[in-house]
Amino acid sequence: MTEPHSMQVTVQEITTALKDKPGALLPILHAIQDTVGYIPTVCVPQIAGALNLSRAEVHGVISFYHYFRDTPPGKHTIHLCRAESCQSMGGKSLESYVKTKLGIDFHETTADGKYSLEPVYCLGNCACSPAMQIDEEIYGRVSEKTFDSTLTDLENLA
Amino acid sequence: MSFVVYVPCDSSAISLGANRVAAAIIQEAQKRGIAIELVRNGSRGLFWLEPMVEVETSAGRIAYGPVQVTDVASLFGANFLEGGAHALALGHTEELSYLKKQQRLTFARCGKTDPVNLDDYIKNDGYCGLSNALKMAPHDIVKAVTDSGLRGRGGAAFPTGIKWNTVLNTPSEQKYIICNADEGDSGTFSDRMIMEGDPFVLIEGMTIAGIAVGATQGYIYLRVEYPHAHKALNSAIEKAYEAGYLGDDVLGSGKAFHLEVRLGAGAYICGEETSLMESLEGKRGLVRFKPPLPAISGLFGKPTVVNNVISLASVPIILDKGGDYYRDFGMGRSRGTLPLQLAGNIKQAGLVELAFGITLRELLYDFGGGSASGRPIKAVQVGGPLGAYLPESQFDTPLDYEAFAAIWAVLGHGGVVVFDDTADMATMARYSMEFCAIESCGKCTPCRIGSTRGTEVMDEIIEGHDLSKNIPLLRDLCNTLLNGSLCALGGMTPYPVLSALNHFPEDFGINDKADAA
Repeated sequence: MTEPHSMQVTVQEITTALKDKPGALLPILHAIQDTVGYIPTVCVPQIAGALNLSRAEVHGVISFYHYFRDTPPGKHTIHLCRAESCQSMGGKSLESYVKTKLGIDFHETTADGKYSLEPVYCLGNCACSPAMQIDEEIYGRVSEKTFDSTLTDLENLA
Repeated sequence: MSFVVYVPCDSSAISLGANRVAAAIIQEAQKRGIAIELVRNGSRGLFWLEPMVEVETSAGRIAYGPVQVTDVASLFGANFLEGGAHALALGHTEELSYLKKQQRLTFARCGKTDPVNLDDYIKNDGYCGLSNALKMAPHDIVKAVTDSGLRGRGGAAFPTGIKWNTVLNTPSEQKYIICNADEGDSGTFSDRMIMEGDPFVLIEGMTIAGIAVGATQGYIYLRVEYPHAHKALNSAIEKAYEAGYLGDDVLGSGKAFHLEVRLGAGAYICGEETSLMESLEGKRGLVRFKPPLPAISGLFGKPTVVNNVISLASVPIILDKGGDYYRDFGMGRSRGTLPLQLAGNIKQAGLVELAFGITLRELLYDFGGGSASGRPIKAVQVGGPLGAYLPESQFDTPLDYEAFAAIWAVLGHGGVVVFDDTADMATMARYSMEFCAIESCGKCTPCRIGSTRGTEVMDEIIEGHDLSKNIPLLRDLCNTLLNGSLCALGGMTPYPVLSALNHFPEDFGINDKADAA
């Protein structure tokens, strides 16, 4: 995990590099989340100052978008699709299986810090439903069995 | 001479193991001491056959699929590099009936070429449209697009030429082209496929739009859920800059066009054009009032063309072959082709680009081959999460904007999601309300509050509580959403809800159709 001091430096570097772009706030927030893993609340004043915005405006943007998070994610983030196409292929029962298996609900992280579970409304993989994404990897026609084996593969990699 | 092998880099193909298959092919070729050139092409869109491996032979391209890692050794054993017989052999790719029956204009190159190879793009008729456009006066480019009859493929079906003309005729020192690549509608993936499989066609279309209306800056607003498309677009943009197709002086014409990809952050509402512009400006994606139209006062208050990916990707062929060529496809006021996306519970899911006019039934059975589960198809949702559910009795409707409007449905972005008879339509109606509540931007009351109340009323109905009171209440609420919302999210959530109620009242606990009114 990034130390508080170096994190502030990182945030400073990112805002300095990107603040002059037109509409810079989203690119800055993306860069911070890509680097730090989330957007720590303590950075909000720093970002607001660099862009001449109020802290409320920056907080409003972070909380408006589902993708941005203000808490550290687990080691892996599982995005499970809840949309219609995946529902037509058993997405709902896969969803309850995954939640039971991990022992968490959406927007939560397992106690061991390994997995965060997020809902997603379409991964554009609707021809291969149900779909999920783990970190940057996308999976199609996910079944309980393939979900388990994917997790086993991830743990063996670690 | 080395053998050329194609393994798609499309994210759906990857989701079924394409990367592992590609690695296994390279490894097996090395082991056998065979020189191969492995090309990562886009997908042809036949997803039940993915990962579909193709080989270049003297007789043309031969396909094999669906290929798994465990099949690779036996493919080499069967001499697949020269088109050898194998249980997974599909024959000539172009002769596959699913592909052969299509009319691929926008997707002409997708699946054939290496998506990020500029030479490959140019060799396959790429940049012909731009080179014609550079010889034309701006209003002639706009006229070609108007004459083609192209209407916005994002869903609203507004004539693209009229939008461009407004921007052309609005004087300003700065104008913008925005590509709406926030393909959030479930059941749709044609934008993703073209961005991953032929990104240059989008870049070319945007450049033509810029030259036509006098805009020097373009933005592709891409959803964050598409990391592979993001990489492909950035790689293609970099190559287009290097080769002079983008920059201060596009192909020595003295005209500038710059292009940048911006990522969204998981908000469905940002697919609405005014919300998208707020997001690009670095704000919360709150919907704006219209007027002013974006074409007059759009991004940063400047005249802005906002078009969907497929609309812009259809522009190069129009400028290459002429507006008449494109207009000759289609029916009625729906001209050209629509890349349809068959998804959900369907045996042969995939991309089907066809001229407007085919019926839903032909699409579902002739192309789709019926449901994946083998059970009867109960309903299909056309046009994303805000599209109506259609019952079997409406499957003979031709795919045409006006024919769909006439049955209180929408064609939208051409996504078709299939449900078999195990689907409960009251649950689907509840989901539509819940989705609207999750994704509402919160600016207008009908959408913000109506969707939450709608979810609660649906819970009551599903529990079977007081239907004689709750069904009229649901209808009344939908009426408020329909007429009182600021944008299509609240305004169209009643489409799936009411169509489910009207066509499948038994799922709502109503056994006599008269009680559903």
